[in-house]
Amino acid sequence: MSSNSTATIESIVQEFGADRSRLMDIVLAVQHRFGHVGGDAIQAIAAGLGIHAVEIEDMVSFYAFFDLEQRGRNRIRLSKTPISIMKGAKEVARAFEGALGISLGQTSADGAFTLEWTSDIGMADQEPAALINGMIVTALTPGDVPQIVDALRQSGQAGGLPPYPPHAAALPKAKVASSLVHAGPLLTGPRGAADGITAALARSPEKVIEEITSAKLRGRGGAGFPTGMKWRLTRKAVGQEHYVVCNADEGEPGTFKDRMLLSDFPDLVFDGMTVAGYALGARHGLVYLRGEYAYLWEKLQEVLSNRRRLGLLGDGICGRDGFDFDIRLQLGAGAYICGEESALLESLEGKRGAPRDRPPFPTERGYLKQPTAIDNVETYICAARIVEKGAAWFTSFGTRESTGTKLMSVSGDCARPGVYELPFGTTVNELLDLVGAADAAYVQMSGPSGQAVAPKDFGRRIAYEDLSTGGSTMIFGPRRDVLDIALQFADFFVDESCGWCTPCRVGTTLLKQGMEKIVAGRATLSDIAATEALADTVSRMSRCGLGQTAPNPILTTMRSFPELYEARLAPDAFTPLVTLHDALRDAVLVQGREPVPQEA
Amino acid sequence: MAAETFRFTVDGIEIEATEGQSVIEACDAAGIYIPRLCHHPDLEPSGNCRVCTCKINGRNGAACVTPAVHGMVVENNTKQLTDDRRAVIEMLFVEGNHPCPYCVASGDCELQALGYRLGMVAPIQPYQWPGRKIDATHPDIYLDHDRCILCSRCIRASRMADGKSVFGFEGRGIAMRLNIDAEGGLGETQMAAIDKAARVCPVACIVIKRDSYRVPNGSRRFDLAPIGSDIEARRTGPKS
Repeated sequence: MSSNSTATIESIVQEFGADRSRLMDIVLAVQHRFGHVGGDAIQAIAAGLGIHAVEIEDMVSFYAFFDLEQRGRNRIRLSKTPISIMKGAKEVARAFEGALGISLGQTSADGAFTLEWTSDIGMADQEPAALINGMIVTALTPGDVPQIVDALRQSGQAGGLPPYPPHAAALPKAKVASSLVHAGPLLTGPRGAADGITAALARSPEKVIEEITSAKLRGRGGAGFPTGMKWRLTRKAVGQEHYVVCNADEGEPGTFKDRMLLSDFPDLVFDGMTVAGYALGARHGLVYLRGEYAYLWEKLQEVLSNRRRLGLLGDGICGRDGFDFDIRLQLGAGAYICGEESALLESLEGKRGAPRDRPPFPTERGYLKQPTAIDNVETYICAARIVEKGAAWFTSFGTRESTGTKLMSVSGDCARPGVYELPFGTTVNELLDLVGAADAAYVQMSGPSGQAVAPKDFGRRIAYEDLSTGGSTMIFGPRRDVLDIALQFADFFVDESCGWCTPCRVGTTLLKQGMEKIVAGRATLSDIAATEALADTVSRMSRCGLGQTAPNPILTTMRSFPELYEARLAPDAFTPLVTLHDALRDAVLVQGREPVPQEA
Repeated sequence: MAAETFRFTVDGIEIEATEGQSVIEACDAAGIYIPRLCHHPDLEPSGNCRVCTCKINGRNGAACVTPAVHGMVVENNTKQLTDDRRAVIEMLFVEGNHPCPYCVASGDCELQALGYRLGMVAPIQPYQWPGRKIDATHPDIYLDHDRCILCSRCIRASRMADGKSVFGFEGRGIAMRLNIDAEGGLGETQMAAIDKAARVCPVACIVIKRDSYRVPNGSRRFDLAPIGSDIEARRTGPKS
């Protein structure tokens, strides 16, 4: 590494105050300045921060969007989900392979392109989609590929790296549709900027929390923790600072409603966070934005600047002396686990996104060990509307235990995919009618970590007390292979397990292998029983929600579609996992001859 | 002033605990053995292996990272937990390469000893046969990554006890590995054979050279008594 590069890295480290907790930003800057974070760069960052290189490697090697070695200047990451595959992602991938002369996972010889799969990028309603240098391209067909490759070759002639966070690029198909199909009470009316905040300021912080509590608002990310209680605990907890964190790491495959909210209703989201800042006595808000949504970075920064100009952020918000609150955006770098709140906090602090053991809970010891309230994007919008319109208005929608409405991200085999705002209590059947999916044969509710719902259960209600959901709704028609979809979800968890704990790190791989044997029609009854027992162990023994729910695609398809598993059973009493031929392959290679066939 | 004491139950046996103790620490002191692998009494707990998972007030949680609380109800020695713990031990056996019969740690290995204690016969899950390299660059220590179970004991010991940060993790998921704070291997680090980090490995990943057969096979720690016997010997009241 030249002394020039070392100086550049030193200045990047200084730009972030040589602050260890800003390592995400430092590494992001180095990655996009040099195209990778190599050994020398790691040494330079370590020297700048006064820590060991092994700590930086620990973090850099964790995130899918950081590279320890140089890859292509142009990064093409194709979204890989059951939805993208059924909409033609494999054909698009073949077209890219043809146009670039490389296979998936490879870098072209001239160093111009790297082509690879990535986990769901939050575009399930407009797949096949891809991330190209951080820009999003959607609704791809193989026919689009030559033009995209040409455009990238032309823009890259200077040989430099593409900008990051990305600017709007002139790439064909670089268009993200709004996705909002059906707005309900929450998303109808003014799109934010002050209404919620002024309503909050008319009350004491305690009264704001009381309003949220009596609205019975529960977390919209999927876990459903009562927001009022979370805010009360955070406010009550003693600390030097209190933090408000917005979880915009929307990584659950099939969900994209937070992307729509951040793109169409950003002011309402920031209103909600500011209300929380007032209620909790916090001065700092943080939005953890998944790396896949970097294309929203510039726009969100503009919205924040505008709010500072309007006096909606900064010191003395809305003229209220002593009410100081500001919001910083933090980009992630490709790790589903960071949607888990404690992993998100670790990532915010510049570490690998490994979840924490609880207690202590974030309300007590969260970001930088200070009391922290972490809520979903949609939850903040609900909070802003509740203080604006009152708890009674909110509880007039939904059911007794699940008040208000829920944003549903609908994709797959349906006529009108997109985001639907529906009151809690809506049945799956009603949802399917609305989106035009009369012949649905299988619904994956709340993403792979949720559950597989069969037609016999389509009368169930979307609500915390029945079908609890973060909103991801993937619909599959009668011609789809349910078990193959479950296998794809099992594979997703292999890619996204953080590795910290044994049951999830090893168990997800073993589950995938068990599922492969089942899908291949080689599994016996005892194999299926063993896979089910293993799945239960992984659920019970894993450290965090990821591992605890990773077996769900297998367990819930087993429960909802037992006849499909039965139909795949091998007729034998036992089939080995590895055939004799496979087992001997290495030996055959070494010896240069096949084994002598055994007489029967 | 002495720390406050309180009581809670483990499998119906009431034990005394001190403010600040974790469930596993309180049980150790009371002579009740909870199987564990990544936990080490001299190190901060990290909850990697999950072997010490107990049912605590009705929910599964790792005993090493759960603070003991007055009136808590802990289930430890149940069939379900033993089955799940054995399954986790099996996962570690198939994840790495663990050739017990000719491993230097045989009889002294906590993974092997837990396999015996929890009744593991042979793994029913498929071996993963990972290709991992040996690091013999250090004059006094070698690293056999085949046996690493990613328990993080050496990482914690090197960072906290030794103040050296010789070890860290690398990668994620099934590809996660133990990493060294030097590109050229352990020999380029400040690691010394007398470091805490060299003496906490539960398996034979970190091995002191020329020292392995001081105690012959057959008369090692777990050849003589099952793992956990030392803790159980402390028990004076009713046994679980």
